[in-house]
Amino acid sequence: MVRLITHNLLACHAKGCTSNNFPLQFKDVAIEIREAEFNPDFLRGFLARLEWGALVDAARQLGDTSLPPEVPDMLDDDFLKSLHHVLLEIHVEEGAMICPNCQHVYAISNGIPNMLLAEHEIG
Amino acid sequence: MSRPELQAPPEIYYGDIEAKKYTNNSRIQQIQADMTYRALELLNLPPDEPAFLLDIGCGSGLSGEILDDEGYTWVGVDVAPSMLEVALEREVEGDLFLQDIGQGFGFRPGSFDGAISISVIQWLLNAETSHPTSSPPHRLARFFTTLHSALRNPSRAILQFYPTSDDQIQLITSIAQKAGFGGGVVVDYPNSKKARKVFLCLFVGSGGAQQVPK
Ligand SMILES: [Zn+2]
Repeated sequence: MVRLITHNLLACHAKGCTSNNFPLQFKDVAIEIREAEFNPDFLRGFLARLEWGALVDAARQLGDTSLPPEVPDMLDDDFLKSLHHVLLEIHVEEGAMICPNCQHVYAISNGIPNMLLAEHEIG
Repeated sequence: MSRPELQAPPEIYYGDIEAKKYTNNSRIQQIQADMTYRALELLNLPPDEPAFLLDIGCGSGLSGEILDDEGYTWVGVDVAPSMLEVALEREVEGDLFLQDIGQGFGFRPGSFDGAISISVIQWLLNAETSHPTSSPPHRLARFFTTLHSALRNPSRAILQFYPTSDDQIQLITSIAQKAGFGGGVVVDYPNSKKARKVFLCLFVGSGGAQQVPK
């Protein structure tokens, strides 16, 4: 149940890994699509929190190319529906997220990423 | 019987059997639900606005189900795989992470509109974990510092927990303050040994417009 809404907020938290540690790169993923309730107010409010480029890239990695490269000036329904789908309906069930900096592998199993660090990685 | 947090680390204590027993116990369900509603009240979110919340030590999703019902989008973290398994079976809507909160969070600054935690942070007071070496103060500092950063300004984190002494409350509060939080402790039913509930009400910035409700 890693969705892109959460992936977009997640950086590596291993010890000393403080730059170039976002976004985590997906590897060997299996995804599932599950419908979620459309809430345009939530999406509009959430936009400012997103790293847009990272979201577009992550969506492409998962096979969804519906998002424009820049946030449009007009947040029409078509755009918000694409955003809704990308953020909340694509679930990464298996695979891994890899830190671009320290290469720590956060394995995803049964939809749950393992964020536990080894002893030498704890800050 | 002694408190669970004194018997074994949470990921060991809440094995498959304890996780199911805990989740299916109707008295525990009721207490957890009451405390979740109370935590939401203390969180003091603007009414009728969608919010993105962090459930710290989400366990089997007892509090998450309430967050779902209340229309919140949420992320839950827990260190006990068996608890998360039960949460999956119960089909909660939040994103779940296997995470030791004493190791800190990696969420980007300002990710969440608020955080709740029900009956969890007393586990951080015990040195014995299966991921050893770190002392309780170190783990608490790491937890509060990274939580503070993950929250928006202004916002709140409401953490209900079971301290065994006032010294523990003092320790936890002082480390939270060092991490940048304001706020304080709210005690419900202070004179009842059974019903007494301690809520750590932490503010980022002003914590929102109003003061801690009575
Ligand atoms: Zn890293």
